[in-house]
Amino acid sequence: MSETLPAFNTHGVFAIYRFEIARAARTILQSLLTPVITTSLYFIVFGAAIGSRIDEIGGVSYGAFIVPGLIMLSLFTESLSNASFGIYFPKFTGTIYEILSAPISAFEIVLAYVGAAATKSIILGLVILATARLFVPFEIAHPGWTIGFLVLTATTFSLFGFIIGVWAKSFEQLSFVPMLVVTPLTFLGGAFYSIDMLPPFWRTVALFNPVVYLISGFRWSFFGEGDVGVAVSLAATLGFFTLCLVIVWWIFRTGYRLKS
Amino acid sequence: MDQITPADEARPPVRNTPVISVRGLSKTYDGGFEALKKIDLDIRQGEIFALLGPNGAGKTTLISIICGIVTPTAGEITAAGHNIVSDYRAARYKIALVPQELATDAFESVWATVSFSRGLYGRPPDPALIEQILRDLSLWDKRKEKIMNLSGGMKRRVMIAKALAHEPDILFLDEPTAGVDVELRRDMWALVRGLRERGVTIILTTHYIEEAEEMADRIGVINNGELIIVEDKATLIKKLGKKQLTLNLQEPLEAIPTELSEWSLALKAGGAELEYTFDVNDEHTGVPSLLRRMSDIGIGFKDLNTRQSSLEEIFVSLVRRPQ
Repeated sequence: MSETLPAFNTHGVFAIYRFEIARAARTILQSLLTPVITTSLYFIVFGAAIGSRIDEIGGVSYGAFIVPGLIMLSLFTESLSNASFGIYFPKFTGTIYEILSAPISAFEIVLAYVGAAATKSIILGLVILATARLFVPFEIAHPGWTIGFLVLTATTFSLFGFIIGVWAKSFEQLSFVPMLVVTPLTFLGGAFYSIDMLPPFWRTVALFNPVVYLISGFRWSFFGEGDVGVAVSLAATLGFFTLCLVIVWWIFRTGYRLKS
Repeated sequence: MDQITPADEARPPVRNTPVISVRGLSKTYDGGFEALKKIDLDIRQGEIFALLGPNGAGKTTLISIICGIVTPTAGEITAAGHNIVSDYRAARYKIALVPQELATDAFESVWATVSFSRGLYGRPPDPALIEQILRDLSLWDKRKEKIMNLSGGMKRRVMIAKALAHEPDILFLDEPTAGVDVELRRDMWALVRGLRERGVTIILTTHYIEEAEEMADRIGVINNGELIIVEDKATLIKKLGKKQLTLNLQEPLEAIPTELSEWSLALKAGGAELEYTFDVNDEHTGVPSLLRRMSDIGIGFKDLNTRQSSLEEIFVSLVRRPQ
């Protein structure tokens, strides 16, 4: 009875983390190969076929210009789907009972699920980056920032995915936000073009799209130039990260859709 | 495995310290349904406690709250001396739950899922222990099998193995034998006895009364969210049990003679049987005087037998009793 309890359930966090990584390993084709093939197709179509007829943007060839945007696109969708599925599936099958009744804190649960989802997206992002390098030559101006934005964005969208997974009551709802909100915002958020290319009115509208700031910062780390200043990008990303943290905190405080 | 041995023998004495203490526990679901109404309950260290009640009585809600799956509306609970909300980590460390529904990770192997549970509860890996648990539950041969390929009974065993993986002191079994075949039920009972001998406190819910009668030290009856009674099994049967004396008469009676009106009698089998119901606890059961009076007024009988009401009858009378 008098055994001392560790203040942090390390074994518990690793149990969930390993479980989630093993889930991805089982579906390695779906987890890794599919996004890589999709991205390669983008490079062939936009980079080689169409890109050769498009002028350089800010001194960068079009093929290289779309690299950061494409990595971000994959990072968003994969973080969302990994993290949302990770927490939604135990809810769906009922195995969530074990997580809820275990001596594991909300912070540890989020750390494990979001950490695992972010790990997978970061690996994916790096694999896409390597794949892109095979298609187009480019240099990375600020590699430290590239990694920084990669990690921060993967973590933020994994948190966002976790929220969606808790909120979703059906598989349809699970794919609703990624398909109908995030993907359109990404396409309109400068993944394939600089928002400077837009007419002034639409440029102003585009500035209300949060994804613009995420992609811009990441692109800045590659080419030293973005649609908005890097400080603004960083602030926007951190702001979104904080917002997700607050929502997750609220979920566990109220037990929203986790406990009755 | 021998079911004939009386359950009360060969068991270590039950200590009286409550290992779980529930005070003023209420739960009203969002829809307004009052699942639990001010429950007070103490579970003693090392006992097997059976929570009996019809479907929807609040058994699962009560268990789910103690295990942290459902948030209570009001009330305080401690488990192993730790408040289950403010000191949940220490409390849950001791507790394990086998829920009623079969919920398993279809794509995981038996070994992986049981090891996962041990880690989740903050314990370092212990392959020897996992092996022992799997062998005890006849799962060793299936350890590499994906759970989706197992039968329902095997999945139930997997869920028990998961619950035991972190060596809990308190084990909740929610309807452990619902929809389970005879062999698994016997294994389960043997397992529960074995755990009890090691000092594990076991709380099981059931609507099989025979199970409570067979296994439990104490019984709580819950109905419509209220604990109607909590009592030692033997006391319960003794306290609430009725005895019946049935006399097979030589000549059928059309009505009960007025001379016998001071006993609570009923005529059965078209007047051929006289049935006398009496309280087991009464010092004077009234049986000798009844028989004397009958012979005085010339009513003879060919045969007689007595029977004591079972837990099932007690349970039904408790639950049906108007509130």
